[in-house]
Amino acid sequence: MSTNDILKEKEQVVIRFSGDSGDGMQLTGMQFSDTSAFFGNDVSTFPDYPAEIRAPQGTVGGVSGFQLHFGHYEVNTPGDYADVLVAMNPAALMANLNWVKKGATIITNEDTFTDKNLEKAGFESNPIKDHQRDYHFIEAPISTLTKECLKNFELDGKSVLRTKNMFALGMVYWLFDRPLKYTEHFFEEKFTSKPLVIEANKKVLRAGFNFANTIEALPRSYKVAPARIQPGTYRNISGNTATAWGLIAAAEKANLPLFCGSYPITPATEIFQELSRRKDMGVKTFQAEDEIAGICTAIGAAFAGNLAVTTTSGPGLALKTEATGLAVMTELPLVIVNVQRGGPSTGLPTKTEQSDLLQALHGRSGEAPLVVIAASTPSNCFDFAFQAARLALEHMTPVILLTDGFIANGSEPWRLPLDSDYPDIHVPHATPEDENYQPYKRNNEKLIRQWAIPGMKGLEHRIGGLEKMDKTGNVSYVPENHELMTRYRDEKIKRVAQYFPDIKLKGDENADLLVIGWGGTYGHLYSAVKELRKQGKKLALLHFNHLWPLPRNTEEILGRFDKKVVCELNMGQFADHLKVNIPHFECEKFNKMQGLPFTIIELMNKFNQLLEEK
Amino acid sequence: MTQEIKKLTPKDYKSDQEVRWCPGCGDYAIMNSIQKAMAELDYKKEDVAIISGIGCSSRFPYYMSTYGFHSIHGRAAAIASGVKTANPNLHVWQISGDGDAMAIGGNHFIHAIRRNIDINMIIFNNEIYGLTKGQYSPTSPLGKKTKTSPFGTVEHPFHPGELVIGSQGKFFARTIDYNVKLSTDIFILMAKHKGTSVVEVLQNCVIYNDGCHAMLTDKEHKEDRTIVLKHGERMLFGKEKDRGIILDGLKLRVVKLSPGGFTENDLLVHDAHENNPGIHTMLANMRYPDYPVALGVIRDITSVTYDESVANQIDKIKKNAKFKSMRDLIYSGNTWEIKE
Ligand code: SF4
Repeated sequence: MSTNDILKEKEQVVIRFSGDSGDGMQLTGMQFSDTSAFFGNDVSTFPDYPAEIRAPQGTVGGVSGFQLHFGHYEVNTPGDYADVLVAMNPAALMANLNWVKKGATIITNEDTFTDKNLEKAGFESNPIKDHQRDYHFIEAPISTLTKECLKNFELDGKSVLRTKNMFALGMVYWLFDRPLKYTEHFFEEKFTSKPLVIEANKKVLRAGFNFANTIEALPRSYKVAPARIQPGTYRNISGNTATAWGLIAAAEKANLPLFCGSYPITPATEIFQELSRRKDMGVKTFQAEDEIAGICTAIGAAFAGNLAVTTTSGPGLALKTEATGLAVMTELPLVIVNVQRGGPSTGLPTKTEQSDLLQALHGRSGEAPLVVIAASTPSNCFDFAFQAARLALEHMTPVILLTDGFIANGSEPWRLPLDSDYPDIHVPHATPEDENYQPYKRNNEKLIRQWAIPGMKGLEHRIGGLEKMDKTGNVSYVPENHELMTRYRDEKIKRVAQYFPDIKLKGDENADLLVIGWGGTYGHLYSAVKELRKQGKKLALLHFNHLWPLPRNTEEILGRFDKKVVCELNMGQFADHLKVNIPHFECEKFNKMQGLPFTIIELMNKFNQLLEEK
Repeated sequence: MTQEIKKLTPKDYKSDQEVRWCPGCGDYAIMNSIQKAMAELDYKKEDVAIISGIGCSSRFPYYMSTYGFHSIHGRAAAIASGVKTANPNLHVWQISGDGDAMAIGGNHFIHAIRRNIDINMIIFNNEIYGLTKGQYSPTSPLGKKTKTSPFGTVEHPFHPGELVIGSQGKFFARTIDYNVKLSTDIFILMAKHKGTSVVEVLQNCVIYNDGCHAMLTDKEHKEDRTIVLKHGERMLFGKEKDRGIILDGLKLRVVKLSPGGFTENDLLVHDAHENNPGIHTMLANMRYPDYPVALGVIRDITSVTYDESVANQIDKIKKNAKFKSMRDLIYSGNTWEIKE
């Protein structure tokens, strides 16, 4: 424990670790967040990957960051502005100075603050001198001390310097009075076959901790008490891993093999990678030659009776357009995951946005309705991936699941579900040897066709992209039949709403302002509404996960409020969607297109302004 | 009590749908050959999945009584790959035209072959776009006049065999639509081959490219202008069986047999099972009038298939897996307990 007697209690803290992409900042951040989670804090994290993989060392383009927010009450976002910034070089400081609070503590690696590096980062003068009054700088010769610490180790210079992130981590552990044991344990697991590396990392971590304890430059240490969290077993999980696991859980529940046909694309690749690892769970992954083959192999697998999935991001969804229409026409179950990023075109691959909503809803030739749902936090990607699969199978339709770069890469503690927490999945298989089987005969309740799988005797049939005759499924150009089938396809999807839960309002029933959002903005919208309600203002949040069809009580709830604002990371696509589908719907819009999540502050400012307007 | 299982006849593979190809289209004969081959192979209808793209030939699945999927333009190979990988027990046959397989679907075509997925691909090559009424295709010969090349094409065509072998194809054969006997035999060999097998069928489009293969089908000359290759047999051809193929330096050469000159023993013996693709590529590229066009199985080598490898890898990994269920997975690694 620290020798510092006065530990300052804080409710919540935001830390940002940042450095060159080779400095190991992601790992450092993950270690701090795991330690804090074990300790009992609620945590939310967000990695900020460099925009360019091969940006020259020491330049702003190559800065990699990891932000985490932990507290002793519920934490819903990775936080807007940092209380503590670790900047391993001048470029990291340059890239992040706008994202730290006034008065924040900034730990720098003094060794890297040379004139040359300052210039490379774009500073004209020494920022530490210039900002002496705005921040509390701790200049630590991290590289020198790391080398000194390991001088008796038989490690090459590169390996020695690679551990310097642990020096920084040790300092931050001291600052927040955290135990080192979790990270020490992590070294033991990770480097089992390299005892020297384990020892080196442990030694450097402890050296950083002791250094912070010793120097007088650190006047205080914070303490963030454990949060009151719902009892249960927890783990940290990112949105992409949760998505992959939700799909596996659905396959297990439905008792079907899982097949994923995909093509690598940022920021969705991690889902595909995790599914590829899960051969131990019997998952078949197919790395296709392109996005089109990704979805087409999945459609083939769906035809063959698998739970079929394809994962992508916006430009990939565009490439899958025609095949998605085929899945609509053939009424096969298929999950399409779109991890949204900034667009159009290649756009901002590593940044977040919600601008594929209209593409998901309408981006196909012809009248081609399907189900569109969205996850809203890293951990509920599990629930909505499961649900996407369940809806696809039970309603014999493609389902698009929208997540985004922010929740996909972000992570948070996840209370592990019990098997009984997720519902059964009823797969509408045709009965083998059913003499009256007709591929396009619909049941009355859901209007779905029965799924006959190749290999089932007596149910041989042909499907395809040409219009189908009602019931028989034979090719048909009969005008009235096309209209009938078009209406069936439309009504089949609309009926899915009967199986959605009602959407729930969070906040004041008699709110002066109704905040409306969907998908990955939940944490920020919820936090901003909560803050303002704490201040005595009357607000409520209506946050959508079901985008098409809309929940049945949407119109009723929206009708209760006069002042409404739809907040989204695009030009207003969901607001338009509501206007088209909800009679007389009017709203204010709050939109952001910077490749970044909302900040809680900017939301609060906007809501305050709207509340003041009469 | 033993129940007699009636062997299916070619007719049993026909669906009740009216066949809508133009009268005289080469597709009819190809369909007959396929139905004969399936009967011969003793396929159960429920185990067959026929996948097609878009084009005249791609209507094929509707006319069969098996499982079938008429998909979208160019994607048949990708959809067939998904079907076979998902269920390796199915007999997956793909029907595509020259445009479907080698223009819009070129990427899927070469990658399916590279992976060696156990799909049987039959390419109906009429060197034209029929369904859209007569535009040139990627196999139309240079200079061909069509609706989109009124002054003749300025593009060099693909030769399917060369493309297949260049994509590491393990099985390539060629036949002609009207020759039902040869086609049936080839389809049976194709089906028995494990891995991607491609058969190019030279098909006549009576409406938009009539006579495109007439040089090879002409009754008078067909035996002089084609050679039917058989594994282990000498490359002998001609109405009078008086010509053959030898290797002359680095090239194939057509020679006339004569007493005192070349004899049968000088001719190449066809080895379809040779791994080296050199001679196979030369055989696949033989073009009239310099050479007879090769029919029959040109290349037939074995190698492990993609679908098998996927299944084997999963079996192996599952055996030693730490996780047997979702529960094992989510509770693995770093978890912690929050108590009341
Ligand atoms: S257009 Fe040509 S290929 Fe198409 S069906 Fe008619 S004859 Fe056959």
